Amino acid sequence: MASALPLGEPAPLDGLLPPSAADGAHGRAFGVYVHVPFCRVRCGYCDFNTYTASELRGARQVDYADHAIGEIRMSRRVLEASEVIQRPAETVFFGGGTPTLLPAADLVRMLDAVRSEFGLTAGAEVTTEANPDSVGPDDLARLAEGGFTRVSFGMQSAVPHVLAALDRTHDPARVPLVVRWARDAGLDVSLDLIYGTPGESLGDWRRSVEAAIAERPDHLSAYALIVEDGTKLARQIRRGELAEPSDDLEADMYELADELLGAAGYEWYEVSNWATAAGHRSRHNLGYWRGDDWWGVGPGAHSHVGGVRWWNAKHPAAYADRVTAGHSPAVGREVLDASTRETERVLLATRLRDGLSVASLGSGGRRVVAGLIADDLVDARAALAGALMLTNRGRLFADTVVRRLLEDSVVE
Amino acid sequence: MSPRAADPPVPAATDPALIRNFCIIAHIDHGKSTLADRMLGITGVVSDRDMRAQYLDRMDIERERGITIKSQAVRMPWQVGDTSYALNMIDTPGHVDFSYEVSRSLAACEGAILLVDAAQGIEAQTLANLYLALENDLEIIPVLNKIDLPAAEPEKYAKELADLIGGSPDEVLRVSGKTGVGVEELLDRVVERIPAPVGDPDAPARAMIFDSVYDSYRGVVTYVRMVDGKLNPRERIQMMSTRATHEILEIGVSAPEPTPTKGLGVGEVGYLITGVKDVRQSKVGDTITTASKPATEALAGYTEPLPMVFSGLYPIDGSDYPELREALDKLKLSDAALVYEPETSVALGFGFRCGFLGLLHLEIVTERLRREFDLDIIATAPSVVYEVTTEDKKTVTVTNPSEFPTGAKIAEVREPIVRAAILAPKDYVGTIMELCQSRRGTLLGMEYLGEDRVEIRYAMPLGEIVFDFFDNLKSKTAGYASLDYEPAGEQAADLVKVDILLQGEQVDAFSAIVHRDKAYAYGVLMTGRLRELIPRQQFEVPIQAAIGARIIARESIRAMRKDVLAKCYGGDITRKRKLLEKQKEGKKRMKMVGRVEVPQEAFIAALSGETEKKDAKK
Repeated sequence: MASALPLGEPAPLDGLLPPSAADGAHGRAFGVYVHVPFCRVRCGYCDFNTYTASELRGARQVDYADHAIGEIRMSRRVLEASEVIQRPAETVFFGGGTPTLLPAADLVRMLDAVRSEFGLTAGAEVTTEANPDSVGPDDLARLAEGGFTRVSFGMQSAVPHVLAALDRTHDPARVPLVVRWARDAGLDVSLDLIYGTPGESLGDWRRSVEAAIAERPDHLSAYALIVEDGTKLARQIRRGELAEPSDDLEADMYELADELLGAAGYEWYEVSNWATAAGHRSRHNLGYWRGDDWWGVGPGAHSHVGGVRWWNAKHPAAYADRVTAGHSPAVGREVLDASTRETERVLLATRLRDGLSVASLGSGGRRVVAGLIADDLVDARAALAGALMLTNRGRLFADTVVRRLLEDSVVE
Repeated sequence: MSPRAADPPVPAATDPALIRNFCIIAHIDHGKSTLADRMLGITGVVSDRDMRAQYLDRMDIERERGITIKSQAVRMPWQVGDTSYALNMIDTPGHVDFSYEVSRSLAACEGAILLVDAAQGIEAQTLANLYLALENDLEIIPVLNKIDLPAAEPEKYAKELADLIGGSPDEVLRVSGKTGVGVEELLDRVVERIPAPVGDPDAPARAMIFDSVYDSYRGVVTYVRMVDGKLNPRERIQMMSTRATHEILEIGVSAPEPTPTKGLGVGEVGYLITGVKDVRQSKVGDTITTASKPATEALAGYTEPLPMVFSGLYPIDGSDYPELREALDKLKLSDAALVYEPETSVALGFGFRCGFLGLLHLEIVTERLRREFDLDIIATAPSVVYEVTTEDKKTVTVTNPSEFPTGAKIAEVREPIVRAAILAPKDYVGTIMELCQSRRGTLLGMEYLGEDRVEIRYAMPLGEIVFDFFDNLKSKTAGYASLDYEPAGEQAADLVKVDILLQGEQVDAFSAIVHRDKAYAYGVLMTGRLRELIPRQQFEVPIQAAIGARIIARESIRAMRKDVLAKCYGGDITRKRKLLEKQKEGKKRMKMVGRVEVPQEAFIAALSGETEKKDAKK
């Protein structure tokens, strides 16, 4: 999650949701996101809401699980009081930060709280992010025992100078090790890669993608590095110490990744995500893109229930104070109207392989489909069959496609 | 305390022998307004308490820029010995763009105070107006102002003035408008030296209009100098250029507030109001006579104001177009020289092609549109009037590059030229000559004024002057050079129209008529600017400069490869949606040139030369 919180209306102290949030809840999946805002070191490119020990102003890492569990308990009360139908969680996702900086027991305790408050569906997907240098075989085994089903490793690159530019501390040789331990523990494995790092060549990137494929993960994400304002990386680029990533090279890298992954049996299902089979797609992330409900636990975490988006206090200390006082940690929210929800639906679903049906578009959106096909942005065959699916080129111009679909759209 | 007139002459019954009509010729900042205010105070027509700084300059813009656009006339009593006189001080515009108005103001006077800053010496414009005054046979009273300044060099500049107009340096008066030193002596000198007006009181009335000012409450206020005969209240008058008649609703003198009188007689200066609402119905230079007993011959010197410089004015927000039209309609009431007609541009939308007397006039009009009407506008590069003859012997007047004939072969293009006079310290002579040569100037002559200042005269195409010449001159001479120019006919020149094409589509706002030798440089400049400013599209966009069908310069904007922001998790959604909404908003300000989306800011930046690089990564 981005470090700067959006502007919205203030969220009420009791966290209660407006009645509209409950509408149609039975048709939406429910998930829980737990944010763990700690890292051993802050990476130069990172603008996520995360803190190293020295940045914490008194919020203690050892107390964190208790505070998060406090919010999990509160979340059920708030949803009940808001008359949102209770559903067992289909997915739970621990992200950060570095969740595995906490003892495995803490992570399991938090998952237990979700289970006892909401229940988990049969076959629920429970993921944690992990850094290759922050987990050992015992941790992974304990997580699997506690109910985790999936681990997503922040591999980022296989090339030492690229990892160094990103301030990543792990040794690339550690990736095959942690993947094997995760497999041994019975966990599904996803690898995260970043491309477009200053100094990274197309050849470097090929090495990284090939190294990732060699580990045969079930799932793979590849994200273009975004230089966020306020990061060390942004300062280094501004001072001319590092070269700004080039859009053109990034486009080449994307195409290369898609080609290598396709050849290795991975299929894209979202512009930046590939999986070996439909069953290995990240169900939790799909929830974001399909407009499902989720409760985000932790400092700076965002939530969405029935067209209401809200976000928590950012700093762990401020967060802890609110939860300890029995208040909702939410500091801001927005209640989306119908046309905004439609905008979001198109915005998110366009990025999916099978997210958007042509029939669901307004007449304005339907009118532009032919032009999108002509510009090689949308797949003609799929469109004839009623689905809006991006072409290879269209995936690189997803934002343009969204803009054109919404250009003069009227909600019908 | 001061010899204020005890028994001032009464308007409409004043013996011409007791009238003195004069103006002040001065450069911007040389203190004309301060001196005029001081005179109003000393003669008692404005009490010290009512004295507003720089009373004569009414418009805010004028006061801020320290220049006078609209002249007015103030009647002041002044006693010398036992005789009370009526002094009419006629204010003149100080800038070359208004030289016609200056010439009419001068024609209303018998004498002029030549006012020069004792710390700066004479400037080019003052020199030009001085020549004009001498041509009108005015009696010149040389005066050095601001002698209270520590930097004043009265000895040096008195000598400069004496060399210029003859006489001895001792005859140059030394005053300070600020402290009042020497101002009474100056008023005495006006009475003593400036001839009284002469006219025939029994002839049919003839009055020359030297200014015409729109007032939102009273309609047009016409300032006149009576030459022959008399005008009376309620009388029916006739404009000799148009034969239109109007009734005088009010006639009077400015003292300095409008003061109705029983009329105006020979040699007097005053105002009249007829109820007309448009300054075009009461034109500067025209002769007013009476309808009942009209004069047969108009006074000499009347000409229609002729626009010299043209530019397209466009609202930055297209929806402001009706407001722009309304604002121009209003400005026109008070500005007889402003002409305009609707124009459409691919790049800029709907706007107006406007004609101006010169660059300052253009600047004043755009500034008034911004300030008085709160409009955001962009002006296209100024252009002059070309006469283009094609080989089939047709001649077209071109005030806009888009009117340049394209079908037929061009036989000849004629462009206006001006005689430019540049005054500067002698150290800058080389720099100035280099600049003028590069602008196709022909040296006419060079003269030293005093020991260290030089007047350099060039014949130059006006088209070269309107294209940032003055800015260049100022920056190359550390601000010391001053410029004046006057029309000097036209000449044939090897001029071509350079078009700028975006993906093969002509972008009209960037077409320019330039000398063939400079066409390439212009093409390279504009294509380069646009390449920096136009964001990448999903396809490659060639940018070309062309003369007719011949491409003379080429750049291209490489195709954009991607625009997708890779990550979009739960916390990114709101941000991402807001970004999309912002882009949609921005899209409204996009102009389409063929298939190319161009932000209007890019056009504006390219026109104004502000080529800050577009964001490489969005």
